[in-house]
Amino acid sequence: MIDSIVNITLLSLLAILAFAIIRMRSLFAVIMLFAGFSFISAGLFVAMDAADVAFTEAAVGAGISTILMLATLALTYAPEVHKKEKLPGHKPWLPLAVVLITGGMLIYGTSDIPAFGDPNAPAQQHVAPYYLEKSLSETGVPNVVTAVLASYRGFDTLGEVTVIFTAGIAVLLLIGGRRKKTKNETTEGVNET
Amino acid sequence: MDLIIGHYNYWLVIIIMMAGFYTVISRGNLVKKIAGLNIFQVSVFMLYISIGNVKDGAVPIIEKGVTLYSNPLPHVLILTAIVVGVATTALGLALVVRIKEAYGTIEEDEIHNQDHSL
Repeated sequence: MIDSIVNITLLSLLAILAFAIIRMRSLFAVIMLFAGFSFISAGLFVAMDAADVAFTEAAVGAGISTILMLATLALTYAPEVHKKEKLPGHKPWLPLAVVLITGGMLIYGTSDIPAFGDPNAPAQQHVAPYYLEKSLSETGVPNVVTAVLASYRGFDTLGEVTVIFTAGIAVLLLIGGRRKKTKNETTEGVNET
Repeated sequence: MDLIIGHYNYWLVIIIMMAGFYTVISRGNLVKKIAGLNIFQVSVFMLYISIGNVKDGAVPIIEKGVTLYSNPLPHVLILTAIVVGVATTALGLALVVRIKEAYGTIEEDEIHNQDHSL
């Protein structure tokens, strides 16, 4: 019961923050609200027994993502300009309709999902009990998540490293080595506007 | 009543997901679009962790005397997804910086005006 109350409270806070992000027009406020969103979702992951995910979300989601967004804001807007988004020129009805229909269909789809926390759900069968029973004797690591990540699905993690490497190279190719020009162009942009 | 207790988690996650989706498709500012994309992404993480949760289960760290654990597999998948998500966010933001260099603005409407597309 107490678990449900904690879950509902945190999820409601997250929903409020998500709607505040839609409404908010100051970009700095949007990024700060997003950092709060990530941090509360880390709390929700703790409430749902996913401690490792919560660590990563708090460090990477709330930390690094926020810093990257703030850096982008500093690079794309001049310091003295009020960093505010412009309202879109179109009416919101079409995107609203798309979102409502998609959301309605997804909620209709959840009626087939087993109830939250059901120990007999298909997701809890197959390979998960094997990991829980055997990982300590087979790998010697008490943390099952670490054992699966580094041992059973080690190649998956190698693929993840490849993705990060590729993204890093792409970022370097896109904006590396042109800092000076960037600064000149942003100041020019300010003079024009 | 059983339906509500068993599924409120999924419904709230879907509402948050749709809030992120709406930000992506309806707002013109590229930084805000990426914030919306991140909200969408985090809500998918929450959906996976919800599916892996077992009622009264413990955090999957093996300990004597504990018999019921939550499912560790979604946790592993989502750990990977979080890190990959940050890599893609960084790439998207780098593209935003380049678009600013090329067009002098990060508002979608003004970019369309300059290109005479739309």
